[in-house]
Amino acid sequence: MALLQVSGVTKTYGPLKALDGVDLEVEAGSFHGLIGPNGSGKSTLLKAIAGAHFPTTGRILFDGGDITTMPPYQRARRGLSLKFQITSVLTELSVYDNVLLALQATEGYGALFRSRSRARLDGEVMAALERFRLAGRADDLAGELSHGEQQWLEIAMALAPRPKLLLLDEPTGGMSPEERRVTGELLAPIRRHCALVIVEHDLDFIKNICDRLTMLDQGRVLGTGSVAEIEGDARVQEIYTRRV
Amino acid sequence: MTATTGAAPPVAARRGAFRILPAIELAVLALLLVVPFLLADRPELITLLTNVVILSLLALSFDLCWGFSGIMSFGQALFFGVAGYGVALVGRDLEFSQLWATLPLAMLAGGALAALLAAFLLLGRKAPTSIFVAFGTLTGAYAAERLVAGWQYVGAGNGLSAIKLMAFGEYEFVEGLDFYAVALTALVLVYAASRTLVRSQLGLVLAGIRQNEERLAFFGYRVQVFKAVVFSLAGMVAGLSGALYGYHQGFTGPSNLGPGLSTTAVIYCLFGGSGTLIGPVLGTVAIEVLSYVLADIDAIRQFWPVLLGVVLLVVVTFQPTGLLGLAVSARERIGTYGARKAAR
Repeated sequence: MALLQVSGVTKTYGPLKALDGVDLEVEAGSFHGLIGPNGSGKSTLLKAIAGAHFPTTGRILFDGGDITTMPPYQRARRGLSLKFQITSVLTELSVYDNVLLALQATEGYGALFRSRSRARLDGEVMAALERFRLAGRADDLAGELSHGEQQWLEIAMALAPRPKLLLLDEPTGGMSPEERRVTGELLAPIRRHCALVIVEHDLDFIKNICDRLTMLDQGRVLGTGSVAEIEGDARVQEIYTRRV
Repeated sequence: MTATTGAAPPVAARRGAFRILPAIELAVLALLLVVPFLLADRPELITLLTNVVILSLLALSFDLCWGFSGIMSFGQALFFGVAGYGVALVGRDLEFSQLWATLPLAMLAGGALAALLAAFLLLGRKAPTSIFVAFGTLTGAYAAERLVAGWQYVGAGNGLSAIKLMAFGEYEFVEGLDFYAVALTALVLVYAASRTLVRSQLGLVLAGIRQNEERLAFFGYRVQVFKAVVFSLAGMVAGLSGALYGYHQGFTGPSNLGPGLSTTAVIYCLFGGSGTLIGPVLGTVAIEVLSYVLADIDAIRQFWPVLLGVVLLVVVTFQPTGLLGLAVSARERIGTYGARKAAR
């Protein structure tokens, strides 16, 4: 059974159908890209999976359980993690504390009040920061990082609790070509323990790291398959050459 | 991308930097300990100072809500007033005013009422907006004020006067240094507990919630439950403040649980500097002392509240970090959470 199963998901806002009967399957350990022109429903689908909003109809199964109307905190505790499209690191906190917050979400009130988690989780926090080349900035405020570094920090935060599925919404937005290349390198090793669903406008980036792609257009799935299959699909080529 | 971009000063330099907040906290504590002895022959000033200390607790309760957890409460006086009415009624109907029982009970009453309000305002299926919570708490305070103003059992519009004196065993506390000592002890204990809370890992969670509660929910935190817990704790602090105020004044009335006093607590906090704990104390001291001084000047006796209003407006508008923001850096106000490891 697939790690994530999205079946017939529809999301409407008044008369507008942002998603229209979307089906999607993501296997454990696979990297799955969502592509499509602006307004095709990629981010809406990602948010429905993460719990930022609930589908109007349809079902979402994750790791064998129905999460369709589950609040975000419960999804997170089941192993689902999200990086927002707009960078949402906590700019007034240190880089270290941003990652620590991501790691200590399931601690009890007593343990948090006695500050037990900081010492115990120190190794994990620093390992996450080192993986994303931010260990040297641990004590700096997150707001002092460059845009690219903030994107990395947010990915580090999303990955720190070792989720089963990571949802990334345009992780390379605003990055330089070199930063994009490095981001791809940083993401590659997570395949060992985590599946990935990624929304990205940079087709070269997404083709390099993903196993499978799903093409969305006007809220509907236009096609799903390997990178080669999707690249060869005439409908996909038509949309990308005309509208993207 | 380089690993060391940005204009931030080196970490080592920050670690060794002088921290002014603890110095301000110690200075305020020293003043609150020493000044009453210097004013021993001015009982009206001891009374003023006692009121300031008690109202500081109310301001502190608002700071826990807004300054540390992002809960805009315009209803802190509700918990304050209910506790005041509580000790007044227990004194009148049960002839009991032993502080070892009534003060904890007042805290429980304030906390329980806050928990109840939090259940309605914060723990719904959808996360509430700040405006919803602000209006909800404001409405609660307004409704409570109207309710007691028309309820004969609690004295209606006249309130309850001649509240039985707070006692410990046979000893009864009247206005003066001994009552001040009790109030100051309460403030120091609550301050120390609050300081421990907001500087702990729990405080880190609250700081995260204040900045971006959606982000915290996606980490797996039950954000609204955290907020409800802090709101209830703040209700306990407001309850303690209200009980002490009732005992000290010997009177409680509808205005003690309405929007007027709730808003005053907001002003104390914003004027001193929210999110700092010591800021609300300084704000309360500044506003109450300024009111006392201005009201005593013949030339402005008729319009001193206008003058005070202008001062408050200027500070809150042009100095959003309050008086403390003039002396304390943003980095220091943000602070650190939990034990600092040797490496950091």
